[in-house]
Amino acid sequence: MNSLIITLIVVLVLAVFLIIFRISNLAGILRSKGKDVEEIDTTANNINAYLFLLLPLLGTIAAFWYAAKHATLWGQPDAVSHGAAYDSLSKVAHIVIILMFLITNAALFYFTFKYRHKKGNKATFYPDNTKLEIIWTIVPAVILTVLVFTGWKLWRDVTKDAPSNAMLVEIMGKQFNWIARYPGSDNKLGGFNFRYTDDVNEMGLDFTDKNVNDDFQATELHLVKGRPVRVQIRARDVLHSVSFPHFRQKMDAVPGQPTKMWFTPTKTTEEMREELRKNPEYLKPDPSTTKGKPEDVKARWETFDYELVCQEICGRGHFSMRMRVIVHDEDDYKKWLAAQKPFVESNKEYVAKKIEAITKDKAGKISIENSKKVNKTN
Amino acid sequence: MASDVAHAHDVHAHEEHHEHHDTFITKYIFSTDHKMIAKQFLITGILWAFVGGLLSILFRLKLGFPDMDYSWLKPLLGKWVSMQDNGTGQLDPEFYLAMVTMHGTIMVFFVLTAGLSGTFSNFLIPLQIGARDMASGFLNMLSYWFFFASSMIMLASFFLDGGPAAGGWVVYPPLSALPQALKGSGSGMTYWLVAMTLFIVSSLLGGINYITTVINLRTKGMTFSRLPLTIWAFFITAIIGLLSFPVLFSAALLLVFDRSLGTSFYLSDIFINGQALDHTGGSAILFQHLFWFLGHPEVYIVLLPALGITSEIIATNARKPIFGYKAMIGSILGIAILSFIVWAHHMFVTGMDPFLGSIFMFLTLIIAVPSAVKAFNYITTLWRGNIRYTPAMLFSIGLVSLFISGGVTGIILGNNALDIYLHDTYYVVAHFHLVMGSASFFGMVAGIYHWFPKMFGRMMDEKLGYIHFWMTFMGVYLVFFPMHFIGIAGFPRRYYEFSAYAAFRDEVYLNLNSFISIAAAVTFGAQLIFGFNFFYSIFRGRRATQNPWNSNALEWTAPINAGHGNWEGQIPFVYRWAYDYSKPNCEKDGFTDFIPQNVPYSMTPHSNLPHENEMIEIEKEEMIPHDTTLSTLSVLAKK
Repeated sequence: MNSLIITLIVVLVLAVFLIIFRISNLAGILRSKGKDVEEIDTTANNINAYLFLLLPLLGTIAAFWYAAKHATLWGQPDAVSHGAAYDSLSKVAHIVIILMFLITNAALFYFTFKYRHKKGNKATFYPDNTKLEIIWTIVPAVILTVLVFTGWKLWRDVTKDAPSNAMLVEIMGKQFNWIARYPGSDNKLGGFNFRYTDDVNEMGLDFTDKNVNDDFQATELHLVKGRPVRVQIRARDVLHSVSFPHFRQKMDAVPGQPTKMWFTPTKTTEEMREELRKNPEYLKPDPSTTKGKPEDVKARWETFDYELVCQEICGRGHFSMRMRVIVHDEDDYKKWLAAQKPFVESNKEYVAKKIEAITKDKAGKISIENSKKVNKTN
Repeated sequence: MASDVAHAHDVHAHEEHHEHHDTFITKYIFSTDHKMIAKQFLITGILWAFVGGLLSILFRLKLGFPDMDYSWLKPLLGKWVSMQDNGTGQLDPEFYLAMVTMHGTIMVFFVLTAGLSGTFSNFLIPLQIGARDMASGFLNMLSYWFFFASSMIMLASFFLDGGPAAGGWVVYPPLSALPQALKGSGSGMTYWLVAMTLFIVSSLLGGINYITTVINLRTKGMTFSRLPLTIWAFFITAIIGLLSFPVLFSAALLLVFDRSLGTSFYLSDIFINGQALDHTGGSAILFQHLFWFLGHPEVYIVLLPALGITSEIIATNARKPIFGYKAMIGSILGIAILSFIVWAHHMFVTGMDPFLGSIFMFLTLIIAVPSAVKAFNYITTLWRGNIRYTPAMLFSIGLVSLFISGGVTGIILGNNALDIYLHDTYYVVAHFHLVMGSASFFGMVAGIYHWFPKMFGRMMDEKLGYIHFWMTFMGVYLVFFPMHFIGIAGFPRRYYEFSAYAAFRDEVYLNLNSFISIAAAVTFGAQLIFGFNFFYSIFRGRRATQNPWNSNALEWTAPINAGHGNWEGQIPFVYRWAYDYSKPNCEKDGFTDFIPQNVPYSMTPHSNLPHENEMIEIEKEEMIPHDTTLSTLSVLAKK
């Protein structure tokens, strides 16, 4: 019944509009009869001109007002050694482009308004001016060059090789979660082969490689404040992307082509929560906690966590492919580390069987290779 | 009706065929008249635009109102809305991705490439350069019908069991190559590849025709330095397309091989669904290089025609010559060349060598310079003009604004250090929707309003046009401007919802997303006004006059409802460029404020510039004695 009424109302409103349109149309035709030359409708022309002045102005004011109102919210808080450099570069570049945006749009709309058609006016015949052209080729070029060079420096700092004291972690993406692998006490990650993957050995580890023995896996990423971390990245099935918004880093995970990144976290999770507690934007409730009982409601600073965000479309579960990241101080990290057990130790029986299978597989390959050679010589 | 010229020829050639009437099929379906083919492209493009727009509204609802009950959309979406125990309907996450993918594919290729280039290159090239038709009317017809076949296949893919392709419009493998990874990568992806292959064929057939026609069929006097900027833009666009679309074809072909024949061009070391695949040695990044070698020029394939159209409309309605005609051509050429060497800026974080990233950053930021020059030239063209706001003019000014607003964020994204954080966020979505999507869309709509009288012999309603413009212009800003804030917060593209992440759970962002969705729905609603205006005016619009905008360009010298062949009798010769608006002293020569291209300098002694007076001698010797259109000219030019 409701939908019937709504449909009827919509139909009626449309019909009214149609009638108004038709009447104004016919009236227009009547009015223009008797004039031989089609004249420009000055009223409509002026309305448009004033709107060009008014609406962009209102829009800009509204945008700036809203941006200022939540000024401490925008972006994500940074917790990485190159974060300050990144944020200041971003700030400078944004100020430059906002100025460009304002000046050029203002000129556009002001000229549009000012030089609206007036009866008897004639436009100025002004086909070119080489000097002007040169100026506005060179000025943007210079501004861009300055921006480029500051960006280039940061880019090289971020993409250069990790420092030698960096800790090593491997992150593997698969539909639809992440697995981290730590190298253990030898600080070496053991080898892997995607063909050895199964439900238990999710990362396809090659257990015949001695370096695997002390590697351990985690579903949350644990890092240390102040210690650079070198992340080796791979994907098991399709493209994924390792994105750390708070660490201003991002790198795709590509099947068959390992990638890498490094960065240095500068604040522990706890420190960051305390810092955010001072920000009024983070005193608001986390919307995901407001649906239950009132006592369950938590503020945003309380539910804050560093996160790994999947940023390359990877299928059905792309939007929820999250990994929690915890930054410890040295002591806490050591405690956590002590509680971790190497994969090989906690899956002894499985690993023994798997080593057999892998050894057979390797031998089989050799024999296939050999038989091929034999065939060729025949 | 067949043109009288063609008619006359037929009478001479075969007397028995003197009843040369087009049947419905040869006139409206398998037509070889460039004007009819343009209309076919246009109407197909408009229908596609509504499909693409509707898709965006459907998925924006999910983004703006994550808890919305989709059950009322079940009649439309069928099994893609699953009913929960509590009676509410949930949109399927894979169909969400499918809608995002199809929105992108449809808008970029079917609307803004075929609908824009296909329409206006076809319509304007022969009319503005003074040709009877395209170099090959038959290939031109094939071009449309390949596009039509492509459209039908793409449309059919919506009704497949697994849904249409869903791996994003960029269809990166391995996701797009493995049906195990995504339902849409099954037959949906096969349909996508077949449709795109046909689309590429269509595009190449069209492009070859545009290039050949512009080079060979210009009327006497129409030198390259007198071509309207529309034609320059279409011409260069066609060349870009001709060079880049084959690369997309090869990328698609290798993907077909990987999908169907077991090759490993893009696939390597994959374990999926409990199974290790045999593919080894391929590179998923190779596809991205091939794709973006088309993909980036494609941005300019979409944008340049819109800029060309804008140049013409702004000059006409500001009653001023376009400022810096030569600089405009120079920047079109600069953009075209640079567009081929910036593609890897889409790939800064794919693991590409950082040094290569630096190179591509420098090249990318160079392309901002010719773009800036174009924007400044448009603004200067408006300066001291005498501006008349036709709906076309409004949309053209809107285009310049959107082009600037979307363009400046390119400076941020092209800076690879800043791109690390912003890559694949809503910041990118905001950027390209403004600078490429909306700007080109505005160009297309401006073109429709401007050349509608030439196409259908009737006018579109101006008042509805004004309402359409203001709703769309405000709407586009209200949709895409807030996306910058969401992007700066790091919100990833192609997310079904954001609730899994603490970083994105803030009521401000929730509100902004709802706001964007509402604005998008209203903007889409405004397009219905346009749809009504367009189709209504074809049949019931006011009859157009010969030259309703007092334009200089050659198309307005053709009869109002021109037949196949465009001009009755001789094609007019061209004596000057297309931008002699408000020339000093032109009143003394008997003109109001414009001197059409087919008026010889010898008829305008008072307003000629010194170097133009020198042309008079050449004109008198080489052209005027052969120009039979001059006798009727005074009637046409002087109102």
